[in-house]
Amino acid sequence: MMYSEKVLDHFSNPRNVGEIEDADGVGEIGNAKCGDIMKMYLKIDKGIITDAKFKTFGCGAAVATSSMATELIKGKSIDDALKLTNQAVVEALDGLPAVKIHCSVLAEQAVRSALSDYYTRQGIDPLPIVGEIKEPEE
Amino acid sequence: MEKRFIYADNAATTAVSEEVLNAMLPHFRTAYGNASSIYKLGRDAQRDIEDAREKVAKALGADPKEIFFTSCGSESDNWAIKGMAEVQEKRGKKHIITSVFEHHAVLHTCEYLEKKGFEVTYIKVNDKGLIDPEDVRNAIREDTALVTIMYANNEIGTIQPIDEIAAICKEKKVIFHTDAVQAVGHVEIDVHKQGIDMLSLSGHKIHAQKGIGVLYIRKGLTLPNLIHGGGQERNKRAGTENVPAIVGLGVAIEAATKNIAEKAAIITPRRNRLIDGMLKLPYTRLNGDRDKRLPGNLNISFEGIEGESLLLMLDLNGICASSGSACTSGSLDPSHVLLSIGLKHEVAHGSLRLSIEEDVTDEDVDYILEVIPKVVERLRSMSPVWEKMMKGEKYA
Repeated sequence: MMYSEKVLDHFSNPRNVGEIEDADGVGEIGNAKCGDIMKMYLKIDKGIITDAKFKTFGCGAAVATSSMATELIKGKSIDDALKLTNQAVVEALDGLPAVKIHCSVLAEQAVRSALSDYYTRQGIDPLPIVGEIKEPEE
Repeated sequence: MEKRFIYADNAATTAVSEEVLNAMLPHFRTAYGNASSIYKLGRDAQRDIEDAREKVAKALGADPKEIFFTSCGSESDNWAIKGMAEVQEKRGKKHIITSVFEHHAVLHTCEYLEKKGFEVTYIKVNDKGLIDPEDVRNAIREDTALVTIMYANNEIGTIQPIDEIAAICKEKKVIFHTDAVQAVGHVEIDVHKQGIDMLSLSGHKIHAQKGIGVLYIRKGLTLPNLIHGGGQERNKRAGTENVPAIVGLGVAIEAATKNIAEKAAIITPRRNRLIDGMLKLPYTRLNGDRDKRLPGNLNISFEGIEGESLLLMLDLNGICASSGSACTSGSLDPSHVLLSIGLKHEVAHGSLRLSIEEDVTDEDVDYILEVIPKVVERLRSMSPVWEKMMKGEKYA
């Protein structure tokens, strides 16, 4: 199986690993049984994602997609973050092996899950804005 | 700590040894004859094939006439199982006994036969990764066509009670095949003494090249021809012989089987040091019986981390290893072997297999034991599963 140089770089030097103590939104997706869990922390100020951090249990692609997803949304508006697709993550990593595409979907959903939590904390129903969060199939 | 290169995945494949390569080389450019040709170049090739066959036979305690060269272990397994199934079906026997944690070459062949109307009993293994021979006895029926049980497991290295199983099969007059791909060269095998009817082995696990295997078929047993064509391999498997590979295998098996005890005496203490060193880390477990296992095999689960990440980190540190995680199996499920000994999915995902030989020195063991804790700690520090474990929360 071939990982791109960029995937290996984001795996071996992941960006934004860790937690945000006073996060404004925290999302988690996946389960340990399937072998992938991503937890994402967002700091949001006036609609802008000022910081993003993650913790991931999973394969090289799971770590790399989490890392890339946080990079892609940092400094962006919530609206832009909601437009983040798994394809964008895959492209930014110079591709993923076919069997690893689901990792990029997890990364996309982890961002949405954290944003969903942000709206819930604001007392706003996230569903019309963020939509359904897709849990991976077992 | 200076970075090293350590190959600790000999259960996956091995390097062709120098003596094997040297024995093979003439057969590419000078001694390249077709063994079926009448002139000396051809006769020499025929002689070298028969020499290799004798070496294989000697290493297994078999007669040369019982040795058939194939292209790999999987081919040998397929031929033994499907071939015997075809023979036995004509006698009204359509039941096969195997185990739940066989190599896929056996499991998928059995599943194929199920689709063809055979019934298959999959013997369970205990939490140590061992089969109870009495379970095999109890599974044998009037219509049992074949028992096929692996000699040693490829992931957890556990050595099965082959003598007992073979004896039960003999008593019950059932054919017994064993996939010995992982065992040859690491445990003493004598097919006649042990009462093994068929045995599969592979060259590239014992320092021969990839693409060569053997099926031993006990005298008196007949399998349908595998490949129809010329008269090679006593008409059983047509196709011009791969002379360099066969010659190489002969040299390789002779070398691999001549000093099994001496090799084990070197490897076992190093392997045990690796096991003890890794088990010092919290939330780790050894998979498979500690004693009844191949000398160079260790299989450890590190809870809270995932195997592929672990392998990539080890690779960055120059260590080649293997894992039973889903990500390395190409499916969503982790290794069927680890699940069969009762591991939970999330624990099986974090498994690591090392399979070492004598070339892994004591210094290499020190290095591995320096790298592993750092890598495991790093992956755990970024794992939400580990975080939950430490908080005592449910995580699966």
